[in-house]
Amino acid sequence: MTPETKPPRVALFVTCLVDLMRPSVGFAAVKLLEQAGCTVEVPMAQTCCGQPAYNSGDKTTAEALARQTIAACEGYDYVVAPSGSCAGMLKSHYAKLLASDAAWQGRANAFAAKVHELISFLVDVRGMTGVSQTLIARATYHDSCSGLRELGIKDQPRKLLASVEGLELVEMADCEVCCGFGGTFAVKYADISNAMVEKKCANIGESGADLVLAGDLGCLMNMAGKLRRDGSTAKARHIAEVLAGELSDPPIAAAD
Amino acid sequence: MSDAAAVARREKVLGAIRTRLGNSGGKREAVEARIAGQARHLVPERSRQDASGLKALFAAQLRAGNATVVESASEADLPRIVASYLRGQNLPLTLRAGEDAWLRGIDWSREPAISITKGPAVPADEVGLTHAVAAVAETGTLVLASGPENPVTVTFLPETSIIVVRAADLVGPYEAAFDLIRERYGHGTMPRTLNLVSGPSRTADVGGRLVTGAHGPRRLCVVIVG
Amino acid sequence: MDVTAHAFKSNVKAALKDMQLQRALSGLPTGLVAQRTAAKAKLPEFEALRDVGRDIKNHTLAHLDLYLEAWETKATAAGAKVHWAPTAADAREIVAGICRDANARLVTKGKSMVSEEIALNAHLEAQGLEVVETDLGEYLVQIRHETPSHIIAPAIHLTEAQIEADFRRQHTHLPKDRPLDEPVKIVSEAREILREKFIKADVGITGANFLIAETGSSIIVTNEGNGDLTQSLAKVHVVVTSIDKVVPTLEDVTTLLRLLARSATGQEFSVYTTFSTGPRRAEDADGPEEYHVVLLDNGRSALLDTPFREVLRCIRCGACMNHCPVYGAVGGHAYGWVYPGPIGAVINPALIGLEEASHLPNASTFCGRCESVCPMKIPLPGLMREWRQQEFAAGGGTRMARSALKAWSYLARRPRLYHLASRLGIAALSALGRTRGAFRSLPLAGGWTRHRDLAAPQGRTFQQLWAEHKRGVPR
Repeated sequence: MTPETKPPRVALFVTCLVDLMRPSVGFAAVKLLEQAGCTVEVPMAQTCCGQPAYNSGDKTTAEALARQTIAACEGYDYVVAPSGSCAGMLKSHYAKLLASDAAWQGRANAFAAKVHELISFLVDVRGMTGVSQTLIARATYHDSCSGLRELGIKDQPRKLLASVEGLELVEMADCEVCCGFGGTFAVKYADISNAMVEKKCANIGESGADLVLAGDLGCLMNMAGKLRRDGSTAKARHIAEVLAGELSDPPIAAAD
Repeated sequence: MSDAAAVARREKVLGAIRTRLGNSGGKREAVEARIAGQARHLVPERSRQDASGLKALFAAQLRAGNATVVESASEADLPRIVASYLRGQNLPLTLRAGEDAWLRGIDWSREPAISITKGPAVPADEVGLTHAVAAVAETGTLVLASGPENPVTVTFLPETSIIVVRAADLVGPYEAAFDLIRERYGHGTMPRTLNLVSGPSRTADVGGRLVTGAHGPRRLCVVIVG
Repeated sequence: MDVTAHAFKSNVKAALKDMQLQRALSGLPTGLVAQRTAAKAKLPEFEALRDVGRDIKNHTLAHLDLYLEAWETKATAAGAKVHWAPTAADAREIVAGICRDANARLVTKGKSMVSEEIALNAHLEAQGLEVVETDLGEYLVQIRHETPSHIIAPAIHLTEAQIEADFRRQHTHLPKDRPLDEPVKIVSEAREILREKFIKADVGITGANFLIAETGSSIIVTNEGNGDLTQSLAKVHVVVTSIDKVVPTLEDVTTLLRLLARSATGQEFSVYTTFSTGPRRAEDADGPEEYHVVLLDNGRSALLDTPFREVLRCIRCGACMNHCPVYGAVGGHAYGWVYPGPIGAVINPALIGLEEASHLPNASTFCGRCESVCPMKIPLPGLMREWRQQEFAAGGGTRMARSALKAWSYLARRPRLYHLASRLGIAALSALGRTRGAFRSLPLAGGWTRHRDLAAPQGRTFQQLWAEHKRGVPR
């Protein structure tokens, strides 16, 4: 096979939240990657990107998980994660964590070059311009922080969403402002986190959207959990589910 | 406090810095060269325009900051312009000004109603008249040098400030204005204060709402001459 | 000032319940944030200038001793009296000594965060001096016996109604029925009252935004003109500033000034930028007879060989706090010491100790908005993480958080065991909540479910389903 026709081998970095809470996002990612001409594999030796440790100051565990993830995924052409936060960790922070480790520094840099967040990979690397899906909905998109500010993900999700038939995208106010999730922050500083997600949900409400989309399950669980607690009718889904038409499971935090 | 204690404190701070930075011997030349070099960094493109473009930018920027900008075709016309502005604002034609030679050279008798008191400002002064050494088009900023010619209080105490600048002294970026200052005062030398003024005083400290007229002048009228 | 950083959590609770504060903070997104966005849009070179600014400060900090000496030589030649202050106590006593030597009774002050850092007002008042803040926001805070809640907008936590009430309480010599229902009337009243103070003041104290080595100057940047009246009308002008403010040349400071106002208030340039060099000259008609500069270290030099050196680039624009969702939720006082917001979360532990301030670098989602707007490109989230690492290494944090992290870490480093445990855990959790789709409450998840529902898992892990999928089992 010539390089042009040989499909790239992609390691799906599932992310711990998708693995545990919402496998449907993982299957949606696989479907989209296959539509984009990739061969998808899921290395078993992956667990979590290490952010809970890294952001809690436990550098030793974070380094161990960085080495583990690199070893598990570096043998592929690309490493793709359905999360800007986890992809940002793999792409931007592993090399920093292992910078003083001569044996790993080169591997971490080479690995970083292969890592992509799912939606930006589809658009920027695989040249995807649209999907063939229909969903009658008025949706708003929340720009998750790491995806937006570490990886520059802004237009790619909107571009693909624009191709979904029946889907009207309305922008909420302050779509680039943090929802208040922040991993363990949501629990350690629950009151501040709540104030932030209250503002986010108010903006979702004022946008008139009945569906909130994002590229990170953590943010989505935070927003969906708050919307439900507040009795809002707005639903939440990972953008990959909409783009892949993987909608048979109920929305996040919604009953069967 | 003794001088010895002051010296010890100085050595303590500088010594701590040197310890943390490591030996800075040999870098002194680099520092001296940098200071002497006065190299310009990135200068915004907007400051590179011809004279009429700079004048338009200067005026537009000042007006955006709630200043009044008027042009006086010649020095001879300045008294009429100043009188007309003050009458329009229902202000007295009594001005405070310093010993600025250029301002003194203007024939104020063309407007007999104008009276100018010389010297630093006092609290009772309602209108101050100063002459800017330069003006920066980039942001609509006047550059005033303190001294007997233009005492700093004349710019700040009266409720109304009239600042006159010659069109010839209008430059694009701040860097060009600083070069004028260096020419006038010598490299590395400054007047007691150099005031960059970009409008009448203002504050947004009450509920975030912008109010023009805080502690400095409530009104700024800039006259470009020539 | 009282340090309450350790009580951050209870400060937060109080702040979230304070409806006046919440109303005041609600103006940030459409105010300072929107104004900065507009100013940035008007200057195509803005982003490139951030890189230049960062490099200027990095260069200066790498040669800090030499630039301070160069600045001192020029300043002294122009007649300045330079005072070096290793500690806050040194700085306070130096300023008090200058006031004593001047036989001062009344001191006016322009806005200075360094003077807040050294708690200067209380020290001078204890010596019998009357100290009057002249920046309107600082004055509003002073008459309430509060501290600034923001480094450029000290009274941003106050509503107009609160300010009106404070003026009526404070200015009892004025008619009770005077109208104060608009900001312009409040500002006029403050102008009249403070004007008298400017004129009578014996000593005027300002801060400095920058010091210029080339000329020996100090710079203040203001909009109200209070700093200029403070420093021009008193016989003695004292600049209270810190060692990190020096830059080499006028060209260097120009770049930083291009960034400062745009980042701070969204103005293209502040109304007044004043370069002061020495006391009044022999021929001058006005200006102070003495000009002192107090250079504070107070722990800054100790940062130079640490990752925290980067915070010494800070030009105190306040953009990080304007854009911080945590600051926007709780305001500045909750941080419990002088510097609020992301910059405070990084600087305060260095200046008052990590133990006292440990909450501050932890109370962040690492959303990165602060770093994305910082004109000096200070990696604030990374530096907060650095503090977390130091805290963790020193055995800090709650026992429960540490054991939870330890258990999780044990599993996460053993993929086979991790996947097995995940399967079992998720199956159990799912059995509890699958049909309802979410949990309203759950043992051990109280931090989450106090305010929001917890989405129920779909039932099996992705790894489990993927293994089946590979074996040809339909989902």
